[in-house]
Amino acid sequence: MQTWQKLLLVAVLSTILFVSSALVYFHHFVKRRLIISTTTSLYDTGLLDIIEKNYEASHNVDVNIISVGTGMAIQHAQNGDADVILVHSPSMEQTFLEQGYGENRKIFAYNFFTIVGPTADPAGISGRPVKEALHCIVNYGRNLTDQSGQTKIWVSRSDNSGTHLKEQALWQAAGYNYTSVSTEPWFACVGSGMGDTLNVANQKSAYTLSDLGSYLTFRRGNAASLSALITEEQELLNVYSVMAVRSSVSGNQSVHEQVNYEDAMSFIKYLVSPETQQMITDYGKETCGQSLFFGAVQPLTTNSPHPVVDWIKSYAFFDGSECPPQYRNGYPELYP
Amino acid sequence: MVDILGGIVQAFQLIFAGDVTLYGIVCRTLLFSGVAVLLAALWGTPIAMVLALKHFRGKAIVKTFFNSLIGIPTVVLGLILYLVFSKSGPLGFLGLLYTPAAIILGEAILVTPILISITITAIEAVDPEVLLLAKTLGASDSQASMAVLKEALNGFLLGNIASFNRAIAELGVALLVGGNIVGLTDVLTTAISRYTQRGELDFAIALGILLLVIVFAINLLIIAARKVKIIFELWRSPQ
Repeated sequence: MQTWQKLLLVAVLSTILFVSSALVYFHHFVKRRLIISTTTSLYDTGLLDIIEKNYEASHNVDVNIISVGTGMAIQHAQNGDADVILVHSPSMEQTFLEQGYGENRKIFAYNFFTIVGPTADPAGISGRPVKEALHCIVNYGRNLTDQSGQTKIWVSRSDNSGTHLKEQALWQAAGYNYTSVSTEPWFACVGSGMGDTLNVANQKSAYTLSDLGSYLTFRRGNAASLSALITEEQELLNVYSVMAVRSSVSGNQSVHEQVNYEDAMSFIKYLVSPETQQMITDYGKETCGQSLFFGAVQPLTTNSPHPVVDWIKSYAFFDGSECPPQYRNGYPELYP
Repeated sequence: MVDILGGIVQAFQLIFAGDVTLYGIVCRTLLFSGVAVLLAALWGTPIAMVLALKHFRGKAIVKTFFNSLIGIPTVVLGLILYLVFSKSGPLGFLGLLYTPAAIILGEAILVTPILISITITAIEAVDPEVLLLAKTLGASDSQASMAVLKEALNGFLLGNIASFNRAIAELGVALLVGGNIVGLTDVLTTAISRYTQRGELDFAIALGILLLVIVFAINLLIIAARKVKIIFELWRSPQ
């Protein structure tokens, strides 16, 4: 046997040893894992850190949070790589449920998107309804003297996240074709998370769509020159829901059997419990001076505050329910 | 504008206060990159020896293959590995996605081409006479190739350091197969990206400073080690 053959044998053996010891370690010596794929806005605001800490204190499970956009979170769930997903795009959620990948959806929080922009507000959108504001921004962008693409007026997430889908819907509602408007020289597509997008908007003195939580967190850390110019409108409602990944998906059985369904459901129950709901509503009052999110469970059961509940129902309910019966699996206490 | 100076001051406060989260991330990073380079060296050395010392058909193609893999973007490799380790992927049954083991394997694969290429260059730079001389002096094949490897030790060490630097500074693999989970799979680069996104710039700056310090210190250490080696040999040679 030659030297290189011996060395190669050692290498192969030690790799096998490494992988198998990793396997043994992660399957037998570590606490059960609950993998949560979440939209960036819940994570970047720090809300989930507190929920994770409280949950781990009372449950014997290791909560692992993966922060991605809504699109990727749903992809994780379809691949069986996540046990629970926290997302905010009702249209994508409906498709996801219809395809049979998830179940037991609960709407657990809401807040509002906001259009943020330079405090000087060169396009003059402050106080206008969203559609008009977008008209103003487009007009301002098209009438710029610099059409070389150096000056950007609008920054788009462009990452297939919930915020990005919302943005596309808003452009659509205002009468623009998103695909064609996004190629105009004043329109910037960044393809990254909310924090990065706000950074770019801040540096470029441009407008962008953000969820309120991310914007307030960003402003706290950055001495930003961005202001929230439009907020609290029906079109700007932002609804967060939680879904468990199904452990029995036809055609994908072996993959989904490994999903940690028990802990996923226990986490959902924890998330919609009155204490956690109160915690969600209180979060940010001290550090940012106002709530970043509002618990949605109590408003939906008591039907108040009035207009918001109707907005949630028309925006995020499917067939008049947050989770139609065919997508439920036990746990009747979740749906009184 | 961002308060750069204030951020740096706060960053140094965090570093000197010995923040647990901060140094947890540093330790994890060193561990993951270290084990990754170790694995890469184990695989890479025999392959490099074959490619440098043996003659066979298609050798140039194999060498070109490894040379061009040096520049593979880390996100591309990260994406490929995510698809492989995903539960619906070919190695999904192992359940390694979002564990440190996945990062270590990914980084080991990432740095293997660099290690191989530099080691090949180092071995080829050794005078071919050494191999011949060793053989004429009655060394066996494996003894002779060990003699060559010893001559190439400096280059081999350099390959390991370059690999370590690449592993510690890469983002794509750790982010995509590690998932940047707090306290489990977040390393310096992914943590910097998280804290920047969150607007916690002082933490991001502190991590950035530590990353630079580590890379710098390791390179200094190597230079120092070489000097010590030279002094040691000078002291030994008269005997």
